Amino acid sequence: MSGGLIVKTQQVARPEFDRVPIDATTVGEVVRPLSPLQRLLDNALFRRCAILAALALIWQLYALWLHNSLLFPTLTDTLKVMIHDFGDGTLLKRTEASLEVLLIGYAAGVVLAAVLTTLAVSTRLGDDILSTLTAIFNPLPAIALLPLALIWFGLGTPSLVFVLVHGVLWAIALNTSSGFRSVPETLRMSGRNYGLSGVRYVVTVLMPAAFPSILTGIKIGWAFAWRTLIAAELVFGVSSRSGGLGWYIFEAREELNTSSVFAGLLTVIIIGLLVESVLFRTIEAHTVEKWGMQR
Amino acid sequence: MTEAGNLVLDVRGVTLQYKTPQHLVTATYRIDLEVYESDRFVILGPSGCGKSTLLKAIGGFMAPIEGDIFLRGKKVVKPGPDRMMVFQEFEQLMPWKTALGNVLFPMKATGRFKGKEAYERATAALSKVGLAKFVDSYPHMLSGGMKMRVAIARAMAMEPDILLMDEPFAALDALTRRKMQEDLLALWDQLKFTVLFVTHSIEEAIRVGSRILVLSPHPGRVRAEMNSSYSLGQPLDDAAFGLLSKKIHDLVFEDEAEAKLPGALV
Repeated sequence: MSGGLIVKTQQVARPEFDRVPIDATTVGEVVRPLSPLQRLLDNALFRRCAILAALALIWQLYALWLHNSLLFPTLTDTLKVMIHDFGDGTLLKRTEASLEVLLIGYAAGVVLAAVLTTLAVSTRLGDDILSTLTAIFNPLPAIALLPLALIWFGLGTPSLVFVLVHGVLWAIALNTSSGFRSVPETLRMSGRNYGLSGVRYVVTVLMPAAFPSILTGIKIGWAFAWRTLIAAELVFGVSSRSGGLGWYIFEAREELNTSSVFAGLLTVIIIGLLVESVLFRTIEAHTVEKWGMQR
Repeated sequence: MTEAGNLVLDVRGVTLQYKTPQHLVTATYRIDLEVYESDRFVILGPSGCGKSTLLKAIGGFMAPIEGDIFLRGKKVVKPGPDRMMVFQEFEQLMPWKTALGNVLFPMKATGRFKGKEAYERATAALSKVGLAKFVDSYPHMLSGGMKMRVAIARAMAMEPDILLMDEPFAALDALTRRKMQEDLLALWDQLKFTVLFVTHSIEEAIRVGSRILVLSPHPGRVRAEMNSSYSLGQPLDDAAFGLLSKKIHDLVFEDEAEAKLPGALV
């Protein structure tokens, strides 16, 4: 625009045209199925199994190379102990004991979290109470409450459940309420447009809309519950008549039976893996992924 | 008010205010409007004229600080399924429900239609908007225009007293938008529903509306109301369309024209 700049406006002359699109039948199938190898590599289950197999192989090779079964038993030794202990029922009984307490505590935590967040989303006071309580208790390690639980409830399942609820509740409540807050305003308005309010509004609109966050909370809560339980059992698993997996590991260590320690740990890992990759994966595939809320 | 029986929506002297963290904003000031049965009533205005806020108040999502809103003689105090809203955002659909599920949901939630009747109404509404093949698709599998069709079908299946549409086509591309306008008119031709339509596009107002209310901004006040006879059967010819468009354009932009005038003279 200022001096010196010359704008050329000469246009190239091109003829207009109008034609039938070229024949595309030579392309063959427009939608072509993938080869079996490609499909296998796209299978997340297959890829994860391959990683697990690789880890198992590394374990076995390292243990063989170390050649010290007191420090680091081989995978095959660990599996032998595991099979033996499952066979005679000791490990099975321990696992059952752990899972029972775990499920009671976890369920109680989930229900409490649901009640608290529903209150929080319905009233401003409830919201303030929940966020304050979460800020206070969330950073507090569940295991730190164990001495208190022992004083209040004595040795036994109630103490464990108390500690578990504490471990689960705040993680789920925190995730759920942040999920509720991120529900789009338009979706809220269209829910209220139908005259929905109170619990019905929370259950039919907010909960499914916040489900990705709720699911994250439930997963984190599960992990917290698991690790809290094992830690608590390591401390006083002997109390309850039949100790859990934590107690099994503790006992084995006392007897310097390292293969059994590993067998106990492996059991914990396998249960965790199963719940994560079977239960939670299935829930995910049938909800948030199907709804296009998460990839 | 010649035929009081046909009066669907009566907005009388409505002033609306909302709070932002720093300010108290007056969105509309003493708005009057009357919508009659089978009107395609368009509220048109530049951004900042409070048209969306007004629609929210009619929807019952906020209370006027002055004036009243009556729907068929009954005062509006809270949201309800007698005024079904269609929003601009695609998020208004529930991602966890199929197209059919979305249309069924308000019918079942309100208990207005049940069981087989609800199902039949929902499928009928979806095929009316051309989505018969997509009843089992989830919203994320549908295009923007199709999601909007689901939202319209959902609102229509409820047979509300009035359909409230808040710039419903604003997020669509220009071609889809034109198609949706035509389809809405075709649908209206069949069902003759009453619709209140908010837009900032003059062209859309003329195409969609039978009656156009122009608001002036900051705060929104009634500026003019006029008829547009554009509809499927009797489209305006290009000249009449241009004339009406020019008239509305001058109304909407008159403040700017005045502001520019002194500068132009110098």
